[in-house]
Amino acid sequence: MIFEEKYELIRKLARNFAETELTSDILDQVEETAVFPREILDKMAKAGFFGIKVPKELGGQGSDHLAYVIVMEEIARVSAVASLYVSSPNSLAGGPISLSGTEEQKKKYLTPCATGEKILCFALTEPGAGSDAGSMTTTAVDCGDYYLLNGRKCFITGAPLSDYAIVYAKTDPSKGTKGISAFIVHMDWPGVSTGKPENKMGLVGCATSDIILEDVKVPKENLLGELNKGFANAMKTLDVGRMGVAAQSIGVAQACLDEAVKYSKERKQFGKPICKFQNTQFTLADMATKLQAAKELVYQAAITKDKGGNSSMAAAMAKYYAAEICNEIAAKALQIHGGYGFIKDYRIQRLYRDCRVFTIYEGTSQVQQMVIAGQLLK
Amino acid sequence: MKIIVCAKQVPDTNIIKIDPVKGTLIRDGVPSILNPDDANALEAALELKEQVPGSTVSVVSMGPPQACAMLRECMAMGADNAYLLSSRAFGGADTCATSTTIATGIKKIGDYDIIFAGRQAIDGDTAQVGPQVALRLGLPEVTYVQKIREFKEHSVVVERQMEDGYEVVEVTTPCVLTCVKELNTPRYMSIGGIEEAYNKEITIWDEHDVQLDPSECGLQASPTQVMRSFTPAPKGKGEMLSGTVAEMAATLVKKLDEKHAL
Repeated sequence: MIFEEKYELIRKLARNFAETELTSDILDQVEETAVFPREILDKMAKAGFFGIKVPKELGGQGSDHLAYVIVMEEIARVSAVASLYVSSPNSLAGGPISLSGTEEQKKKYLTPCATGEKILCFALTEPGAGSDAGSMTTTAVDCGDYYLLNGRKCFITGAPLSDYAIVYAKTDPSKGTKGISAFIVHMDWPGVSTGKPENKMGLVGCATSDIILEDVKVPKENLLGELNKGFANAMKTLDVGRMGVAAQSIGVAQACLDEAVKYSKERKQFGKPICKFQNTQFTLADMATKLQAAKELVYQAAITKDKGGNSSMAAAMAKYYAAEICNEIAAKALQIHGGYGFIKDYRIQRLYRDCRVFTIYEGTSQVQQMVIAGQLLK
Repeated sequence: MKIIVCAKQVPDTNIIKIDPVKGTLIRDGVPSILNPDDANALEAALELKEQVPGSTVSVVSMGPPQACAMLRECMAMGADNAYLLSSRAFGGADTCATSTTIATGIKKIGDYDIIFAGRQAIDGDTAQVGPQVALRLGLPEVTYVQKIREFKEHSVVVERQMEDGYEVVEVTTPCVLTCVKELNTPRYMSIGGIEEAYNKEITIWDEHDVQLDPSECGLQASPTQVMRSFTPAPKGKGEMLSGTVAEMAATLVKKLDEKHAL
């Protein structure tokens, strides 16, 4: 892919930022404390990373999906957890408001998230409703002036850090997915609480937890989009959002390849660097080729979306393939490291742990296959 | 307030090597960057713009057309306008001819309140162009500015870096200030800034546009003869103190006192 100069400059900004700010000392500290430094988030906000696709008039940067995936890739190449903070306001959390919000809702909620003043999270998944999101049990009952929300959301990225949440709940349980609506909920409202942050194997430094809703009164004006059209809003958000995970995947995969190349040149066995063995060379060649193919899928999906095309299948293919090969590349890169790959002093083990969720969150690989097949067979 | 920044595109000397035999720079495959001290100059200009609403920041440079990439980065950081003095007639310029060309460019932009420049460029390390531009424009100058204390209506108070301290200088405006890296931390570009930078034009002027005779610019107007290029030797090692802890502490205090560090 040959990029226009503008996108090369965006890549240069993101790469320079990541390499300068996300030092190994900082990342070790994040891993140890599970807290991401506020001052780095503030710098990310100033560089415009939180509102890449948000229009300028709403406080965003007025750029596009290609810029977004490039920034995600370059940040994830240095720190996957840092890229989560970029993805949320641009994609999963900001997406539902961009898609269905009124002008007032956009100004009130999207603008402060695009500028980094506030944090928003996306609350769809429930303990009993993962890939089958339509089987959620959270309810929203119309009580005249307000909706009364009850239920439990789980695995919500950034929930304990958030000011607001986009919550999906059943407004008409008899209608299945056609009875789901979206709401903008303030995390400090009475009845809203978060569970204990999950002890995750990777992406440490961006807390994930339950959101518990107990008789939460949500004003009518906080209904997002039309009544009973929430599921479509969620699916459309995910349709685009998965490009972000695809971009994280190529970023982390690139980091794994870089580590593998470096280590294979340094490590000597049987009297020579292990990169001199054909087996290592063929492994590296496979990794690089698959990574390049994944990159092309990701950029193509973003460009398709920017040009107004139907990017649903392209984004699903990009997410499916990039997440799968990222895990494959991470496993091979770790194997090249041998025993040292199993030791926490080496960076490769963090990359290996961080990317494991890429084939799971924002739609498992199997859900992506369903989306692709659905498009083929419709 | 109208603010001008002088900037230069330079090879990244963190990467560049010197041919040990010829003593020349090996520029092949070396990325070009905004000269680091010029980034500090631009940051100072952008901070001033933020302090004084309605201000504009214009960046001016001399160089080949490739320098547009550097100017684009300056705009992506927040500069409003960019001017590139570019022509074969300007080629081979030493600092003398460069400053003539830059000064005529600044005159053509006109109507400025303050001009910021970097202390020196990392490829030549001369630190001459800033002061020469001031001379050619008939402006007062302060070099090695490490801190800006106060902007007044017709003057600016700055700290000028010295080997062992600094001096405080108040200079009338318009003036030229050359900046050192201690002055500030240059900001990153922003995504929105990059978007805007590509919606703007870079003004390119040749010798006709700035009404310079070819004899007044480029190689023809460059009296400098380069005898040899070399990397300056690194500074000597630090001094190691010896004796008892009390003796070493006393010596240390004395030496710091001599340097007015205490």
